[in-house]
Formats: sequence, C-alpha cells, structure tokens
Amino acid sequence: MAMFKDVLETVRMIEKERLDIRTITMGISLLDCIDSSGAKSRQMIYDKITRLAENLVKEGERIENELGIPIVNKRISVTPISLIAGSSDDLNYVEYAKILDAAAATVGINFIGGFSALVPKGFTKGDRILIDSIPEALATTNCVCSSVNLGSSKAGINMDAVKRLGEVIKETAYLTRDADSIGCAKFVAFANAVEDNPFMAGAFHGVGEAESVLNVGVSGPGVVKRALEKAQDASFGEMAEIIKKTAFKITRAGHLVGTTVAERLNVPFGILDLSLAPTPEIGDSVARILEEMGLEHCGTHGTTAALAMLNDAVKKGGIMASTSVGGFSGAFIPVSEDEGMIEAVECGALTFDKLEAMTSVCSVGIDMVAIPGDTPASTISGILADEAAIGVINNKTTGVRVIPVYGKDVGDTAEFGGLLGRAPIMPVNKNDCSVFVNRGGQIPAPIHSFKN
Amino acid sequence: MRAVVTVIGKDRTGIIYNVSKILAENEVNIEDISQTVMHDFFTMIMLVDMSNMSVDFNVLKNALETVGEDIGMSIRIQHEDLFNAMHTI
Repeated sequence: MAMFKDVLETVRMIEKERLDIRTITMGISLLDCIDSSGAKSRQMIYDKITRLAENLVKEGERIENELGIPIVNKRISVTPISLIAGSSDDLNYVEYAKILDAAAATVGINFIGGFSALVPKGFTKGDRILIDSIPEALATTNCVCSSVNLGSSKAGINMDAVKRLGEVIKETAYLTRDADSIGCAKFVAFANAVEDNPFMAGAFHGVGEAESVLNVGVSGPGVVKRALEKAQDASFGEMAEIIKKTAFKITRAGHLVGTTVAERLNVPFGILDLSLAPTPEIGDSVARILEEMGLEHCGTHGTTAALAMLNDAVKKGGIMASTSVGGFSGAFIPVSEDEGMIEAVECGALTFDKLEAMTSVCSVGIDMVAIPGDTPASTISGILADEAAIGVINNKTTGVRVIPVYGKDVGDTAEFGGLLGRAPIMPVNKNDCSVFVNRGGQIPAPIHSFKN
Repeated sequence: MRAVVTVIGKDRTGIIYNVSKILAENEVNIEDISQTVMHDFFTMIMLVDMSNMSVDFNVLKNALETVGEDIGMSIRIQHEDLFNAMHTI
C-alpha cells in the first residue's frame, strides 16, 4: 500500500489542486476511406469513426470513476482531411467537416481534430481546396478543429501558405462574427507540427501513425504551483527538482489512465503528453506558477527565463516517468484560457511581443490571443511567419491561434466561454509588413536541416 | 483487485462503524487501516480487497458517498493502481 501521506497527497492534488487528465484522444487513420466519390468517402469516414470510437466516452467515464481522477475531455483526431479528400472530384471540402462533426456528435465527444493540411514545402490540389474551405467549415460545424502545418526545420517555411492563411483567419473571424469570431479559436497554424498531439485545436493523426491509437494529455498547473508555494526560499536547482518530481507523479497518473483505456478499447497506447494546460478556473494557471517563482506579474523581465526552466523541468520529470512521452510535453501559454495571463494582459504587464519571446522556450506558440478585428490579413501573416521562424530555426513546434475579433478593438474583451475562456484584445504592431508577406515562395530550409 | 478508501472530515462517533458496515455488507474485506485525528480533523485510509465483492464498483462507490453525506464526511474509493503508479518507481 502506498504510504499514508502519499495517498493524501494524491487526494489533495485531485480535490484541491485540480489535477486531471485533460484529454484522452483517439487517433484514427482514415487512409482506407479514400474514394473518388466524395459522398462514398464521407460515408466510410462516418462509419469508421463511429465504429472504432463507439465506446471511447463510456470507457473513459468508467475509468474516471474507478480511479477517482477526472478525465475532462474525450476527443478524436483523424488523418489530415486534405490527404483523404484530395482523390475526390469535390471542389469544396466543407461536407467532409460536416461528416466529422456528425460522427463526433454520435460518439459524444466534444472536439474532433484533423481538418488539416500539411504544406511545409508546397500545396497539392487537396491542400488548396482544404485551406479555402476552412472558414466555412469552422463556421458551420461545432466540434471540428482545423490545423495547417506551414513550415518545418527540414523544408523551411511555405510563405504562400503564410500569406493565404492570414486571409483565411480573417475570413473565419468574419463568418463567426456573431460569437466573437470563435471560429479562429478552432484553428492553429503550425511549424514542425507533431503527428501524435492529443491536444486541440491542433490534433491530427499523422500518416506515420498506426491504424488507431489512444493518446493522453495530462495537466496540472495547480499541482506545480502548490509544490512551489511550499518552497519559498528554494534556489533554482531546488525549484527544478520540485517541478521534476511533481511532473513525474502527474505523468505516471496519465500513463496509467492511458494504458488502461487503451487496453479496454483494444487499441495500442500511443503517447502521453504532459503539458501544463491551464483553464480559466482559479488555481489552474501557468502564469501563476511563473509568479510563484518571484515575478510580480507574468510578462515582466525574467518571465522568459522562468518559463524556460519550468518547461525543461516538466519535460525531464515526464521523460523519467513514461517511455511513451510525446506530443508537446511542456507548458502551454494560451492567454484566454489562463486566469493569470488574462490579469497580466489587463494590467499591462504582458504584451504581444513578450508572448512571442516566451514561445521560443515553451511547447507551443502564440495561443488564444485576441487582437483587434481590423488587423490586416498581412499583419496576421507576419505573425504566422515570425512564429514559424522561431520553430523552424530552433527545431521545435510552434503554433499560432490568434483571433482577430470582428468589431472589437483594444480595450474590449472577447468572451468565448467554457474552457476557451475570455480574452482582452491585445494591440499588435501597426506598421505594415504586406510587401514582405506578398513576396511569395519559400523561405529556404535552415542550414541545420542538412543532417543526413 | 484492491482499492483505497479515504475518509476525511470532522471527527465524530461511528465513522469506522458506518464505513465498515457498508464494506461488510458488500463482501469487501478490509486489509489495512491507518487513521489520525488532528485538531478534530479525522483522516482515515483503508486498503480493501474487492475480489469477492458482491456488487458493481459503482454501486459500492455510491453507497459510500451516500453514507459520507449522511455523517458529514468526504468518502472516496479509488483503485489502488493510481497510488502505486504515482508514488512508486
């Protein structure tokens, strides 16, 4: 039997510090659903998802009950739809998004990811049609998430995609203007996208993956903050050690849940992504961890260093705890989903440029940041290019999920509700970058891509 | 299959009686008990064996939670695996 204090520690983590399994995400390959008839292909997609994921929610809830640890989301990721739909004669892929939405509703999950295209080095016919379909797809579905991989350390950055996606984000914002442009919250533009990420909106089932797998995302910023609270005078080395140990315990819980669910669904266990993913609830914030280290507000000088240490220590603890660590594994910094980040923006401590610097040392990128609705598409493309450059040059994943909130400006707040939270509109640089963005072509692969 | 029962709340008479009664009624064997009382705050942890359990896990869980509400304590039952995973290498 685990020791008395260990049992109490676990119970406290779950009850008071919001330790939870953030998501169990079933990856499903749709490669065998390719057909020259779009209608036939979509029927196969619906049938396959509803067959394989039939018991996902039921088993998830059962294990949640037995282990007494919440599993917040049950989700599905599929093969990028551009690869599946490309063989059809369809000129618009919105119907594919709708069939994914219908399958998601049937199996009772809250998000399905994979309305995606991979274009780091160029477009296929299917990629172009999919990208053009994104605004309407996100405006007419509830659960579908979309992503595009527009650059990689091996291929460089597809600047034609960067330019087009700035426009796509604006169109999506306009089509979902009645709900604070929420469609943009379901779209991520990646560089170096990972193929086994269980977190939305960027989850898709990579082509190198098995027929079907179960990936798990674990969270727990509150647990890390609480652990650091108890060590007020700790040095950096001691803090890193505390974070590592905490990350280890959280990861082990996630590994147990993942392997158990996978076994019961009779699919292989894929990866465990230990990412400190905040929610808008008090006590579930990554910003507050950084402040616990001694910063007055997240965003002040020292924030990048604090985040770098946190991210690295989380990875080290996770790697020791499970041989199947994958996805992002680090710390997320979505503004609208983090109560501490929101406050830091509102009091002027956290700026857009500081967020960009922070993304160079943490798992993802500019995430859930609301910007003025009149921001030009070319400026959004400039933001995408900057983030992609950070990822491509530093051999890491970066993503951008910005919401140019239609009709709103600095001083206003966008309300998304639920886990997506609320976001104060942040100012962006007003100087024009359209000549740069409009050049077209490819930013060549960096020198360190030539390892072969 | 074993589970851990955690009982936390303000100390009063009959806590162990009430919890163990439910366990006995459902053929769940208590293997180990640790408890402490600090400043009127009662904490008890039981390791129980459910191999011969006569009901479904959820039924037992609900019964324990109901008795917890009746006597004003928080009572949880969780599979032992979670604690072993998190606290042992």
